[in-house]
Amino acid sequence: MAIFNYYPQTLSPDWPGGYWLHWGVFVVIILVFVMAMIMGFIWFERRGLGRFQVRLGPNRAGPFGLLQPVADAIKVLIKEDIIPAKGDKLVHWLAPVVAFVPALMIFAVVPFHDGALLADLNIGILYVVAVSSVGVVGIFMAGWGSNNKYSLIGAMRAVAQMVSYEIPLALSIIGVVLIAGSLSMNSIVEAQSIPFILLQPLGFIIYFLAACAEINRTPFDLLEAESEIVAGFHIEYSGMKFAMFYLVEYCEVLAISAIITTLFLGGWRGPLLPPFLWFLIKVFGVFFLIFWVRSTIPRLRIDQVMAFAWKCLLPLALINLVITGIEVIALPPALLWTVMFLNLAIVVLLALLWSKFFRLGGGRVEV
Amino acid sequence: MIGLDIAFWILAVVGIVAALAVVLLRDIFRAAISMILCFLTVAGIYVTLSADFLAAVQVLIYVGAISVLVILAIMLTREVQRGSPSNKLRIPAFIVVVLFLGAVSFALLNTPWQVSAELPVEPTTAALATRLFGENGYILPVEIAAVLLLAAILGAIVLVREK
Repeated sequence: MAIFNYYPQTLSPDWPGGYWLHWGVFVVIILVFVMAMIMGFIWFERRGLGRFQVRLGPNRAGPFGLLQPVADAIKVLIKEDIIPAKGDKLVHWLAPVVAFVPALMIFAVVPFHDGALLADLNIGILYVVAVSSVGVVGIFMAGWGSNNKYSLIGAMRAVAQMVSYEIPLALSIIGVVLIAGSLSMNSIVEAQSIPFILLQPLGFIIYFLAACAEINRTPFDLLEAESEIVAGFHIEYSGMKFAMFYLVEYCEVLAISAIITTLFLGGWRGPLLPPFLWFLIKVFGVFFLIFWVRSTIPRLRIDQVMAFAWKCLLPLALINLVITGIEVIALPPALLWTVMFLNLAIVVLLALLWSKFFRLGGGRVEV
Repeated sequence: MIGLDIAFWILAVVGIVAALAVVLLRDIFRAAISMILCFLTVAGIYVTLSADFLAAVQVLIYVGAISVLVILAIMLTREVQRGSPSNKLRIPAFIVVVLFLGAVSFALLNTPWQVSAELPVEPTTAALATRLFGENGYILPVEIAAVLLLAAILGAIVLVREK
């Protein structure tokens, strides 16, 4: 059965030889990977949204509209860069950079192959949580530097949302860390003899929802709700700086897809195909799920979003943490399949309970 | 170790400049941004000391949570552009600050600082956990801190609750 357990040989920590060479090669790999995937995602999402909304989507530039992201990039690059006269120019200029750098830094610890990552930090997943919490500062700076009330409202909503959803996000990661026994991303992948989504179904659901809220994808994209506050924090941005914010959005989606792949779907592990291809397939699968949610569910109200974080996700994350802790200490590893079905039953039970007792305030506005 | 020295001096200079900017800038939004830069350089210094867990926690809590709350408070304040105007307590504040600076400098200069000869522990997380939660560890202070924070949260809720 060797064919179904395709174990690649581990790459040495300084592959392809030499400290600086390792850095250079992986920085290039990450940049190419991120840029190529973002272009692909943008094309796929625009075409796919067209299909979901019963229209054609962009199909003029190149075959099947494949060159649309290139055309968009050129258009946005040659646009005039406008800075509000009464805005804080330095803060306005720095904001896209501050938002973009943390989103890109996450990829330093994402394993593409056994041992193939820029830095195998032994605090890997904690590094991801810490770095991604810096990105909100960029949104703040954009909201403040623009000197526009809608930008400011967008930024205020962003902080309320991000600070709230960070708690269930981190708590759901702890469940995975408890089972894997390590914070390092590569060790977490190595610990997954079966993908952790089977052992941690509740953790996966909580992480998925909290991450969607954290990166402001559509059911939770209150900080740029077009119908209420025009475009939120990036209303005063144009040209290259707007493109940076657009890139940040997709870069964060890619990062979340890569992290879910690593934590819950077994990362680069899989039969037959080479690990890198498995990684890409899983990342794309998660992205498709995020995009599907986006095109299906309408935007929530701010009170619904906040109530969902505090009354639904937080208690569920705490319950998940306690159950996982008991299972890790009390149950022997031989009962893997029992634990799997037990956890699935718990998810169904909790979902039914919460859908019965937990209401998002119907038509009323609860503050 | 020349690389570590270079890193330390860059981080130290940037950190001190950022800390001065927090105090001296009139625009308090920019001051808050400088404070974030200062916290980040402190995290960088932790990294050069092989305290990776501490560095990540520093970024997560100080940059990701505390600074964000500070900025939110600034955004809720009106007439921020005029900066932070001083009031009648200027001179008492100056005296307190000078006394505090003197006390801290005295303590710093008169402490025999020891450098541990042991190599840093790798990985740090397991060692930290054993010290905090293991036998003869600091489990009681950890629990007391947790109860204290809970009391603070409850207190805040009671203070802002609508009657």
